[in-house]
Amino acid sequence: MTSMPKPKLDKHLPRNKLGLTIRNYEGVMSTLCAGCGHDSVTASLVQAFWELGLAPESAAKVSGIGCSSKTTAYFMGQSHGINTVHGRMPSVATGANAVNGDLHYIGISGDGDSLSIGFGQFAHAIRRNLNMLYVIENNGVYGLTKGQFSASADVGSTTKKGIANEQTPIDPCVQALTLGAGFVARGFSGDKAQLVPLIKAALMHKGFALIDVISPCVTFNDHKGSTKSYAHTYKYYHPLIHTDFVAEADAIIGEHDEDGALEVTLHDGGQLKFKQTDAGYDPRDKAQAVETLMTPSSNGEIRTGLLYLNEDSPDMHGSNQLPARPLNQFAHEELCPGSAGLEKLLRRYG
Amino acid sequence: MNALADIRAAVRVNDFVLKIANVNGTGSASANGLLMKAIFRMGVPVVGKNLFPSNIQGLPTWYEIRLTKDSYAARAGETHFMVAMNAETYAQDIEEVAPGGYLLYDNTWPRPELHERAEVTAIGVPLARMCNAEFDNARTRVLMKNMAYVGAVAGLTGLDLDVIRSMVEEMFGTKAHLIEANMKAIQLGLDYVTEHYPDPISLKVEAMDKTAGHIMIDGNTAAALGCVYAGATFGAWYPITPSTSLMDGFKSFCEKLRIDPETGEKKFCIIQAEDELASVGMAVGAGWNGARAFTPTSGPGISLMSEFIGFAYYGEVPLVLFDVQRAGPSTGLPTRTQQCDLTLAAYASHGDTKHICVYPADPKECFEMAVASFDLAERFQTPVFFMTDLDIGMNDWMVPEFEWDDSYQPDRGKVLHAEDLEKIEKFYRYEDRDGDGVPYRTLPGEHPKGAYFTRGSGHNWKGGYTEDGAEYQEVLDRLTRKWESAADVVPGPVVVEAERETRDAIISIGGCDGAVREALDRLNEANCPVNYLRVRGFPFSAEIEAFIEAHDRVFVVEQNRDAQLRSLLINETSADKEKLIPLLDYAGMPANPSFITAGILAHCQPQEA
Repeated sequence: MTSMPKPKLDKHLPRNKLGLTIRNYEGVMSTLCAGCGHDSVTASLVQAFWELGLAPESAAKVSGIGCSSKTTAYFMGQSHGINTVHGRMPSVATGANAVNGDLHYIGISGDGDSLSIGFGQFAHAIRRNLNMLYVIENNGVYGLTKGQFSASADVGSTTKKGIANEQTPIDPCVQALTLGAGFVARGFSGDKAQLVPLIKAALMHKGFALIDVISPCVTFNDHKGSTKSYAHTYKYYHPLIHTDFVAEADAIIGEHDEDGALEVTLHDGGQLKFKQTDAGYDPRDKAQAVETLMTPSSNGEIRTGLLYLNEDSPDMHGSNQLPARPLNQFAHEELCPGSAGLEKLLRRYG
Repeated sequence: MNALADIRAAVRVNDFVLKIANVNGTGSASANGLLMKAIFRMGVPVVGKNLFPSNIQGLPTWYEIRLTKDSYAARAGETHFMVAMNAETYAQDIEEVAPGGYLLYDNTWPRPELHERAEVTAIGVPLARMCNAEFDNARTRVLMKNMAYVGAVAGLTGLDLDVIRSMVEEMFGTKAHLIEANMKAIQLGLDYVTEHYPDPISLKVEAMDKTAGHIMIDGNTAAALGCVYAGATFGAWYPITPSTSLMDGFKSFCEKLRIDPETGEKKFCIIQAEDELASVGMAVGAGWNGARAFTPTSGPGISLMSEFIGFAYYGEVPLVLFDVQRAGPSTGLPTRTQQCDLTLAAYASHGDTKHICVYPADPKECFEMAVASFDLAERFQTPVFFMTDLDIGMNDWMVPEFEWDDSYQPDRGKVLHAEDLEKIEKFYRYEDRDGDGVPYRTLPGEHPKGAYFTRGSGHNWKGGYTEDGAEYQEVLDRLTRKWESAADVVPGPVVVEAERETRDAIISIGGCDGAVREALDRLNEANCPVNYLRVRGFPFSAEIEAFIEAHDRVFVVEQNRDAQLRSLLINETSADKEKLIPLLDYAGMPANPSFITAGILAHCQPQEA
């Protein structure tokens, strides 16, 4: 089989500030299972990019291997994409980003890709504060190889045949917090209203922005006994904090809402408005975020929302003093010292 | 003993080997470098080899300096003057000295175990005692002992003290107290031997004029400079001996040349990755995004990078891999040289993969071929292997000064930019529009029409995912055509014809060159002339096959156990394998001409003189 393009009938669809409809941000037809959470994440990404009015060619999509990583073909067909090797998307994103920081890098990964085979690269991309949106489509299971547990499977969660996982899960959000990520969020593929603003904010965040999206696998991990099923997630899903993203142009400069909403302006433009749903949760308090995530809740709730935000640490470009003009745009004459330079350079070797 | 007397009576001028046995971590490298450079500055051709352990401090290390009036480029394989500064290896060191040779040792302490050899003249110099008396702190005393033996060697062999002084001045710049302290130590050694060993020894250094127009440089520095001249802007690496100094060199050149003095902005990016899987991935990302990108490593790194190498081959992403080879397998001998990754690099990664490789022989070629590698990578949109080794990479070689043609324009390959995309109906990434196997690529960020999806999974000529056998095979076959077409673009072979007609030949590669060329002279003297071809690129050009065809026997000289170059020749040419006789040197030392000479003489029926 070959990939199928989507029909582009968009005459009556609304247009964004670039005059583009949502169709301009779609990719080829998904080949994932019907009802797969990943397709909802894809739809949210398309929505967010369209709403922000970013030019499709300003994005570069990067991914590894697995069901999640396939999805970079299913959105933004007018953007370059690179579907790399298993667990190694962060390194490719790093090299690409280093030589052209002007693009929006969208990394799509999965729990196997980021927390098992690619755990090292995931960690080091965070340490470098690579300026990118990093989405983990987290379903707790290996789909393409038919249902093995992944490293994010909860203790006690069972396979379809009823076998329970006994190994401690890796929580990518806790890892990201301890490794220094400045934007850590958790979403749910079933809640587009929450996910779209998170994606928009993450794209505008200058630095590493992780969104761990619980994205159920309908074929291998949606049964009773699974803690990453739709039913389980809907039941225990709990937004810790509500986040709205207001694009720069539309930003309303005003007073805080009466109910204690918090506003943060992002370096790359746009404003975040938080509304607390849990009394006292402050998304700028890393210790609190770690403590909250690591403390099992009495009622088994899955905490979601923008869990942590810190815009202060320099991204990889800043800490490497990379030029404002992308490195891939320098002419050879600007880089090569020529024959006159050679003579000077070789003097000490004579 | 008459023979010995003859040897002693025959003065060797600018034609002997000085070897210094040191303890690792005692700061001897700068003293030894000084000695070699001083000889070079006197116009005498030199070959220097640093034989060092995988260790920071304490293990034995040797530095070998060959003075070669005939401008040979290899080790001589024997030692005429040993400076024995390491008590642990003393017995071994004195055994190594050729009959009639000399051994200089520190006689500060009595040496009851002193191993004497009648045919070696021992020269005791109280290096430690003199330095302890003259200098205060412990580290200084250790360092100055090194300078004192430089002085002693200078006094005994006639090294020019003025040259040495000018070099010490260069070394320490404005730090006058260091210049004086070092010169004092040198003088101590020199004065002592002048007083106690007034008779001339049979090894002499005399000024010549054979190093003009030459420099002394190591291959890693030269390759790094090549990266700068090629316009590489991105390098990712994970530290590994013996490639580390390549990135150190690139960094140091870039810091000198490519930092905006006003803004501090860098026109380069170097990332020390978490491992080689990441360093190559970063180079892939940067190459995909249109920068000239590279990663330096050694064999173990290539093993780790292999999955990505296949990805870049199949996805057609340009990048340059510098493999500074060291002895394997596994961790092997990390500080010893070999050419043991030839087949690994040629076919790296799973599935059907074939790569472009270049094989420099010395630092000058490292400079030139580094530039060529980036052109090849972008022209053919594929990973290119720059295959060097520890001997070339880490030792200082005397080579002709590098040249640069200011009319050079980088070959950026077939890239469609925004203005080109405007003009075409539709862009397909893997379409063979020109029928030469090389498709066009586009860069992210330029134009929505240029968007394509790079994948390691099966794809068709449009760049779309496919599981269709015919579509898949079409791309694979084009990749073969593309690779084959590089045969005439990679650096061509270098052929040296014997002065007399012969049906025998040598084929060799890389750093064996100096040893082979010296062996050619010896073989000619023994009336066993051979022709010589040095392979410089893969895929092999037709000239290589024709050369094999034109000879009855071809000795394939290389530095690995499994005759890897020979395997490649058998695999990639129509050569009769019986004709290809392996001549293998894989003990980890830089190539040695006598082993080649002996190996061929064993097969040779001398011609009539």
